[in-house]
Order: sequence, then C-alpha cells, then structure tokens
Amino acid sequence: MMQFLNSIAPMWPELVVAVGALVLTLWGVFRPDNDREAEVVSWLAILVLGVAGWLILSQPAAGSSLFGGAFIDDGFGRFMKILALGASAAAILLSIDDFRDHKVLKFEYPVLILLATAGMMMMISAGDLLSLYLGLELQSLSLYVVAAFRRDDVRSSEAGLKYFVLGALSSGMLLYGASLVYGFTGATSFAQIAQVAKGANAMANVGLVFGLVFLLVGIAFKISAVPFHMWTPDVYQGAPTPVTAFFSAAPKVAAIALLVRVVTSAFPGIAGQWQQIVAFLAIASMLLGAFAAIGQTNIKRLLAYSSIANVGFALVPLVTNTKEGVQGVLIYMAIYVVMTLGAFACVIAMRREEGSVEEIDELAGLAERNGPMAAALAALMFSLAGIPPLAGFWAKFYAFMPAIKSGYYILSVIGVLASVVGAYYYLRIVKVMYFDKPAKAFLPVRVKVGFVISVSAIFVLLFVIAPSPLVNAASTAAASFRY
Amino acid sequence: MQKLLAEYLPLIVFLGVGLFIGLALLVAPFIVAYSKPDPEKVSAYECGFAAFDDARMKFDVRFYLVAILFIIFDLEVAFLFPWAAAFKEAGLYGFWAMMTFLGVLTIGFIYEWKKGALEWD
Repeated sequence: MMQFLNSIAPMWPELVVAVGALVLTLWGVFRPDNDREAEVVSWLAILVLGVAGWLILSQPAAGSSLFGGAFIDDGFGRFMKILALGASAAAILLSIDDFRDHKVLKFEYPVLILLATAGMMMMISAGDLLSLYLGLELQSLSLYVVAAFRRDDVRSSEAGLKYFVLGALSSGMLLYGASLVYGFTGATSFAQIAQVAKGANAMANVGLVFGLVFLLVGIAFKISAVPFHMWTPDVYQGAPTPVTAFFSAAPKVAAIALLVRVVTSAFPGIAGQWQQIVAFLAIASMLLGAFAAIGQTNIKRLLAYSSIANVGFALVPLVTNTKEGVQGVLIYMAIYVVMTLGAFACVIAMRREEGSVEEIDELAGLAERNGPMAAALAALMFSLAGIPPLAGFWAKFYAFMPAIKSGYYILSVIGVLASVVGAYYYLRIVKVMYFDKPAKAFLPVRVKVGFVISVSAIFVLLFVIAPSPLVNAASTAAASFRY
Repeated sequence: MQKLLAEYLPLIVFLGVGLFIGLALLVAPFIVAYSKPDPEKVSAYECGFAAFDDARMKFDVRFYLVAILFIIFDLEVAFLFPWAAAFKEAGLYGFWAMMTFLGVLTIGFIYEWKKGALEWD
C-alpha cells in the first residue's frame, strides 16, 4: 500500500483534494444542517486546498509523469495549479458571508468547489486526450451545479441551465475533435500525437487539422474566447456573485493551461495551423470584449466582457510559440486572477439593507461613503485598464513583448488599441465613484470580503516594487516545454 | 484514395436507401393521403379513451430524482459487467481500481440516503 502511494507521489495534491471532497461530503451530511456547520466545512475545504498547495510546492523540481504519460507533473503544471488552488480558496472565502445573507449557505458548495478544483488540477496535468476529458468533465459538471446554486432564484437556475447546455455542446465538439485526432494519428497521448504530427506531410493531413480545430473550439468555449463567448455575460450575471468570481478565475486558469499544453506539447509540428486560430481568438476576444462592455450598466456583465477581453490578451503571447510567450501567458493569468477576484469581491461588497445591488450607478459617490473601498476598486480598475505602474500594466507588458519580438506587430497594435477602448469603461467606474452625486451608502464591508479586496489591491499597487518572484517563477515554469 | 472510397460503397448505398425511405415516408402523405381533419381525429390518442389532459402537465419532481438516482446505479452495474468478465486479466490493480470506484459511489449513496432523497414523503 505504502509502496503504491509512494509510486504515485506526483499525484498526491490531486488525491488530497479529491479525498478531502469525499470526506467533507460525509462530514457535512452527518452533522446538523445549519449555517455554522456549513461554515466549518468551508474552512476545512480551504485547509484541504492549502495542504494540496503545500504538497505541490514541496514536490521535486525535476518533474515526472505517471500512467504512461497520461498525468504530467512539471513546473508549468505546478505554477498553474497553485494559481487555481488560490483562486478556489478565495472563492470559498468570498462565498461564506454572501451565501449566509441569501440563505443558501450549504456545505455542498465547498465540496463542489473542491471537486471542480480536482478536475482543474487534472486538466492542468493532462498529458493524454482521455485524462484531459476526464478532468474537464469533472470540473464542468461541478461548475454547472454551482452556477445554479441559488436554485430558488430564476436567474441563477437559468444561468446553470444555459451553462450546462452550451457546456455540453462544447464537450461534444471537443470529443469529436479528440476522436478525429485519435483517428488520424492512432494515439491519444500528447507525446505520441506530437511524433505523428511533426512528420513532413503533417501539414497535408487534413483530418488532423480538423481534429485540432474541433479541440480548440471545445477549449475556446471553456475559456470563453470570441466567437464562443455568448454564454459568458448571461451566466456571469445570473450566477450568485461569489460563484461568478470563481468562474472568472480558477476555471479560466485551468482551461488556458490546458490550451497551452495541448498546442505546445501535442501539436508543435503543425504550429502554423494553430497559431492562426489562436491569433484569431485573441484578436476577436480583445475587440469584442472592449467594445461590447461599453454599453453595459450591470457591473457583473461588464466584468464578464472584461474577462473575455482579458482572455484575448492572455492568448496574444501564446501565438508566438516561444518560451517567452508561455511565460507571458503565465504572468498574465497570475495577475489577471488577482485583479478579477478583487473586482468581484468589491461587487460582493455592494449590499444594502434591502439586498445586493449590481448596477454601476449604485457605486455613485462611493468615495464619500466608503473611501478605502472606492480607492481599492479604483486601483483595480486602473490596473485592469493597464495604467503603469500597476500590476495590470506589467501583465500586458509581458504579454505584448514576446509578440513584438517575434514580429507580430499587427496583433500587438490591435491589442494596445483594444486596451485603450477598454480603458474607457474601467475609468468610467472610477468617474462614477469619485465625481457623481453620492447614492445611498452600502453596508460596511465584511472582514473576509475586505481581506480579499485589500490583498488584491495591495498586490496590484506594490507589484512594481518586487516583480521578480512572479516573473522568475513564470520563467522557470515556462521552461517545462521544449522548443 | 479511390480504393478507400470503394471500400465504403456499401455504406453509401445503405445511407442512400435509408435517406430515400425516410424522405419518401415523410413526403408521401402530403401528396397521396386523404385528409379531412375533425376534432376527434386530431386529439391525442390515449389507449382508446378520450384524452383527459394536456401532455405538458406538471409532475412531481421526485419522479425525476428517482430516475436520476436509478441511472447512476444502473451505469454502475454497466461498469461492473466488463470488469467481472475481464477480472482475471485485470488482476489486483483492477480489483482495487473498481473498489475505489465503488467506494466513491457508496459515499454518494450515503449522502443521498442521509439527505432523504430515497424517502417518498
């Protein structure tokens, strides 16, 4: 038994999360059904995520693979897993008080988040089409349920149903692509697919390219890249706000990691083909995210379009197919996750006696009513807009530099122009908070939500002082791939 | 390429025949059928009785719950059959893999039992 457990040591973090979810299910169902017990389970779930994170950090640097290459443990995977774990823990932390207010504080929520996280870690480490799909489905099925977590609320149920139907469609596309890839290469493991796909006549292998396209379509749905983004605004608006915060952070990290790993380790031989697709996804997402957000009045919808645009920015460096490009993706995702969690934490803090509000106008004059929250939200908005010296600027810097170095000038120029357009709606929120006639005050910000807001605001403000830990970690992680 | 396509000729013929019969059955009634509708003819047919209700009625969500729970354990049995048939080849590893699967499922079963999903009232 011990021998077996030692032989699968690279997988311990996943096992801890999965077993933790099962144990907490039993724990939760045998304890009385009340808010206090649910909060205890939430904290235990955060503890489980912490233990998994500690296990990831204490793994040997060399990296290894298990189950005939179906599970890969490397620096890239560890970087992304730490991000996903952190985002999941923050999502649980944000949910506790908000769910208590809405009378949906149940122990099932942290358990589902743990299961989704286990799926994400599997996606990030997937080295085979089968483990890729298993991880993706474990994550997606949990996400469909949490989207509809306020089941008595019509919009939440609608969000869950919409997400489920479109998610099932994207899974179908992905499976079709996987079956084509298997059919035309005779392999499901990424390493073997790469072997077949790098031959001289790989470019002429139309079936393989079709498989690649369908795979990318399926993944583009999951990262909500244009033109597969249409579910995002509705689901983000309808789902409970802590769930939306979770959706915009951890699953995106996992799906982007999956995309990077699939294209760089399974299809390096036909890079010319997927670079076109990724470049199109990047340009379309950046532009649509920038222009469609202008007319939004609901802040959750606005942040949904913002997340679409941000996925576009994150894809820009990937187009270059270089080590610096992967490093750019990693830095961008790390900074984006912190910014989006902070922004959604501010949305959660928008509550009055009569309930939560989501309109941008409700923020009017927040600077007078609650100065620190307005300052933090303003810092996050400036950062999302990419104003130096905040963290968001450096994220875009590391995203565009590889593209410029590799000669993708048009792509970079479109990206910069899109972020100029995006600056308009981010700065409009700052304007509403600081220069509009004050609206009714919000209730005081709760400790847990305030903690997330402060951490993210401090991160975006002070990132410029010490960027090297993140940049170096991303550089080490990007070295996991061979070019 | 030609040879490959020739190998699939029976399939093409099969698809063609299927498509033809399907379309013919759909289109023919519009052309040849004698059509004179009256309320009795267009009402839903229910075992010879007069239909008493619209088919789109509300029904108890518990039917749905039972059906879902049934499917989960039905699929479990579907997994067990090939495992049992290949038990010797699967060895100790296969045995423990299936035990892990059953263990996870048992936890789900305990959860649904404790939650009262198996009680009708």
